[in-house]
Amino acid sequence: MGTEKDPQFVKFRGIVKKYGDVTAVAKMDLDIPEGALVTLLGPSGCGKTTLLRMLAGLEEPTEGDIIVNGNRINDTPIHKRNLGMIFQNYALFPHKSIFDNVAFGLKYRSVSRDQIREKVKHALEVVRLPGVENRKPAQLSGGQQQRIALARAIVIEPDVLLMDEPLSALDENLREDMRREIDNLQRMLGVTTIFVTHDQREALSMSDKIVVMRDGLKLQEGDPETVYNKPANHFVADFLGHSNFLPGEVVGQDDENVRVRIETGDVLLARHRGSWKQGDAVELVVRAQRFEAHRQSHFQPTEGMNSFAGRIKDKSYMGGEVSYFIELPSGREIHVISMMRTRTYDYGDEVSVQVAPYHCHLIGREPEE
Amino acid sequence: MKLPSGWSLIRAYTILIYVWMFTPIVAVVLLSFNPQQFGSFPMEGFSFRWYFRLAGNATILGAFKNSIVLGSLTAVLTTAVGIPAAMAFVRYDFRGKDTLNTLLLAPIMIPEVVLGVALLLFIRWLQQPKSFVLLLIGHVVLTLPYVLLVVQARLVGIKKEYEEAAQTLGASPFQTFWSVTFPLLAPAIFAGMLFSFTISFDDVTATLFWATAHNQTVPVKIFGMLRNSISPEINALGTVMIVLTVSIPLFAGYISRRFARAAEK
Repeated sequence: MGTEKDPQFVKFRGIVKKYGDVTAVAKMDLDIPEGALVTLLGPSGCGKTTLLRMLAGLEEPTEGDIIVNGNRINDTPIHKRNLGMIFQNYALFPHKSIFDNVAFGLKYRSVSRDQIREKVKHALEVVRLPGVENRKPAQLSGGQQQRIALARAIVIEPDVLLMDEPLSALDENLREDMRREIDNLQRMLGVTTIFVTHDQREALSMSDKIVVMRDGLKLQEGDPETVYNKPANHFVADFLGHSNFLPGEVVGQDDENVRVRIETGDVLLARHRGSWKQGDAVELVVRAQRFEAHRQSHFQPTEGMNSFAGRIKDKSYMGGEVSYFIELPSGREIHVISMMRTRTYDYGDEVSVQVAPYHCHLIGREPEE
Repeated sequence: MKLPSGWSLIRAYTILIYVWMFTPIVAVVLLSFNPQQFGSFPMEGFSFRWYFRLAGNATILGAFKNSIVLGSLTAVLTTAVGIPAAMAFVRYDFRGKDTLNTLLLAPIMIPEVVLGVALLLFIRWLQQPKSFVLLLIGHVVLTLPYVLLVVQARLVGIKKEYEEAAQTLGASPFQTFWSVTFPLLAPAIFAGMLFSFTISFDDVTATLFWATAHNQTVPVKIFGMLRNSISPEINALGTVMIVLTVSIPLFAGYISRRFARAAEK
């Protein structure tokens, strides 16, 4: 280890976790910068929680090293790791008062009685629940309980804050509030945080870095905009947002755009990112919000935009927006979300769909699974 | 109340079963208050005579003392052995777990006579005399399954996250047990103790094999008294036993339910 401070606070090196024949995490290398909020995102069973629990010491890696602040912690017992963990169902001690819950971790550190009282009071103020010291956990609502769990975890000033789907037990409305609160709190405290979720909105809205996982593998990591706008593969594109996939073939390119012929025979332009060559089998990824539908009879294609024809097959009204399912001549359906700035369409309407090359992203076509 | 005739038959039948089950017990309780030496119905008056006689009977008082000491020690020892065993079965995985669990629960299914003889033979083989320790070990074996079942059931209900949270906050496994698991387990431990006390307190069959003249328990004493004569004192003693063995589990159940509710609140 050099004398220079390593900006990567938490490092996973070649981490493997097997349960019998089942591999939960496969050869994972991951760096978490100091002070960052990093989200492990993926469907259930992708290994994200296992990875978090290995860092906490609740599971033992089959192979590999876990390094926190320059020290390998594989052999450090859980209670000596100084990590704050937030559980999905809060895990507040039901038999203890809120005060005793929050003070719990301090009792195992050399903190005087007066200091404990002071710190607990401060922590409850930080989570905006002052004065609940004497209540029992069951007397608080779900959102309040999660805040107490947060207070209990931050009061020990942990090196890393670990959150295992902390919002999934909450109501939809509450979740949004709590999400912002956790985000603000994390920024305020500057504590390195690892947040596990299967909810892409949570991941996109609060992360400094998102790690998308599936089947124990890291599929992509990057800041939210990169992961959302430049997905590395089909799975990432599909998991984040409403994506359309148009299979096609590269037929040419210039400095700015790649030309792709899709099934319908239309040739669409996609902004040049990465290297493609003629004949490559690709998928054109377009977010449902990026398409614009126009009535075919009045349609004048805009210069430099992609356009192709289709017919409204289905629609669902969502209040602020309308979801259209548009059938292309090839039989493929695309999903278009229209913000209703223009008129709405009905079943069977012939429309022209337009999308800017900038919003078309290319990924290599994977063999069918 | 209008019930179809089939239902009224079932009701009458049920009542008859209950009468059949409880009449002997009620007779014992009633006759214990009968002042006559050879009690029979109808009763001639009401007195606590046999209870006073009982209170003055040194051998019976001695047996009571034996029973209570034995029952209490059994309760403490069984729980002390049962809690770690239950923890191991619920929280950890190890080879032969199911087999071991079945073995520990076996005393419920094995006839007590067999258990009684087996332990006696074992003691002979070790060339040890019958003693209070033997009796105690025997009763621990008898009551352990019940404590295991009660504590395991509760432990399953205590989410592992509580213990995990405690450990991530800095509590060692030992501190975690005392500050989190044990308090949450307390109702079950208490119920288990009362269970094992009660079972030990009114066990006859196995105890007959293990008891010596010096450490007879109340049920064994009653059994012995019945062989010689039928004294009304036995009715009084029986009534005391009934009250104790019925009220203790009821009390235990009540307490554990209250604790459970308090813990949820």
